[in-house]
Amino acid sequence: MAETRYTKDHEYIRIDGDTGTVGITDYAQGQLGDVVFVELPSVGKALTKGGEAAVVESVKAASEVYAPVSGEVVAVNSELEAAPGTVNEDPAGKGWFVKIKLTNTGELDGLLSEAEYQDYVKTL
Amino acid sequence: MAAEAETASTEPLLKTPFHARHVAAGARMVPFAGYDMPVQYPAGIMAEHNWTRENAGLFDVSHMGQAFLVGPDHETTARALEALIPADIVNLPPGKQRYSQLLNEEGGILDDLMVTRSADPDEDGALLLIVNAACKTADYAHIEARLPANVKLVKAEHRGLIALQGPKAEEVLAALNPEAAEMGFMTLRTLKLGGVKANVSRSGYTGEDGYEISAAADRIGEIWDALLLDPKVKPIGLGARDSLRLEAGLCLYGHDIDTATSPVEAALNWSIQKRRREEGGFPGAARIQREFAEKPARVRVGLLPEGRAPAREGADIATADGTIVGKVTSGGFGPTLNGPCAMGYVAREHAAPGTKLDLIVRGKPLAATVAAMPFVPNRYKR
Repeated sequence: MAETRYTKDHEYIRIDGDTGTVGITDYAQGQLGDVVFVELPSVGKALTKGGEAAVVESVKAASEVYAPVSGEVVAVNSELEAAPGTVNEDPAGKGWFVKIKLTNTGELDGLLSEAEYQDYVKTL
Repeated sequence: MAAEAETASTEPLLKTPFHARHVAAGARMVPFAGYDMPVQYPAGIMAEHNWTRENAGLFDVSHMGQAFLVGPDHETTARALEALIPADIVNLPPGKQRYSQLLNEEGGILDDLMVTRSADPDEDGALLLIVNAACKTADYAHIEARLPANVKLVKAEHRGLIALQGPKAEEVLAALNPEAAEMGFMTLRTLKLGGVKANVSRSGYTGEDGYEISAAADRIGEIWDALLLDPKVKPIGLGARDSLRLEAGLCLYGHDIDTATSPVEAALNWSIQKRRREEGGFPGAARIQREFAEKPARVRVGLLPEGRAPAREGADIATADGTIVGKVTSGGFGPTLNGPCAMGYVAREHAAPGTKLDLIVRGKPLAATVAAMPFVPNRYKR
């Protein structure tokens, strides 16, 4: 089973070998409210850990999604253009944003495990 | 992920008479103009917005300021207010309401407000003012400092205010008092609603038909509860109130209008009646009369971006060659429009509907078209 790691900014990355699928957590989509638009990067773009990976627009506001780790974008979820609400409905599944090829797997060590993230959310 | 910060303050937040009801209903509460207010209920902004457009939405707007201007007769009170605002109040009939603006000496807008003349002959000389929450303290000081000795401002801080908005609002309120159905747009009546005496006006700020209901703070909760017994009614938060008023092309104070903008620049010409345009006699009259005659250098317009990406407040507006010609003052996603919409100020030569402009969103030009407002047709009961 693929392992999923989390940031305190509510992004997740699901690791599969040297690539990872990035999205936002269920907690994050709940905080955002109805997602109406997602701006995704181009395939091939180099992302830096903590840098902007995508922008999510809800009815209310725009929010940046940060790259949990550094890497090159190898795929984007273009389905979200027509159906941005998928981010609300299935954030951990069909509502993913980008897949990246990790350039430094060591960066994963600084991220939260599933249990650590759930504990963190309880403190919010 | 980083969301826009909500306005925080170290001051303790004020509560409206409905605060406990909002919390019990699971609302997400946020600080707004010094009050702890519901931004949305569990259904979310989109559902609340659509509910209001199709049924009836119930809004707590008790944070807004309510005050009576009281003088010896209508003429005296109206003249005192006309010295501060550009609307014709002298000729406002009993039981009628008008939208206007408090102006500074430069013709800039200190606040926008609703002015209502009492329908009761015993209350001749009384005008009800409803002002914005964030401005009310400054508004009251401004007004009081400029009143003649025989006119007084009486703050109605013991009153709450709710808005019932949407195509089913009439049916819902008429079930509590059939007289509600007889009221015309921008009129006021004193009605008993479930045993509570309320000042009811047929108005609102969503573009929909509806009512605003003012009653004593210790009794208004009974009206709220009675309205919510009707399955056509759901409570709606400030988030949907903002998306509804944006689609309706209505200004939000502090965003679309402020102390630097005049009512003419803001395209609020309709709110300044002919007599006042001709006679002047309000703060900043010279500027406003000049803008009427010569047209202002910049004007508020509607903007429809192409695609689905919203342009938010603060985005620059540019021509195709990159020249900045204005700024977005309100923008977001219109649930009824099923697309983004915005309003902002542009140099007059770019203000004609159909003009193609770019909105600069995250450094990139987003193609948009100047469009007539409202974006969603209003449905006031004329």
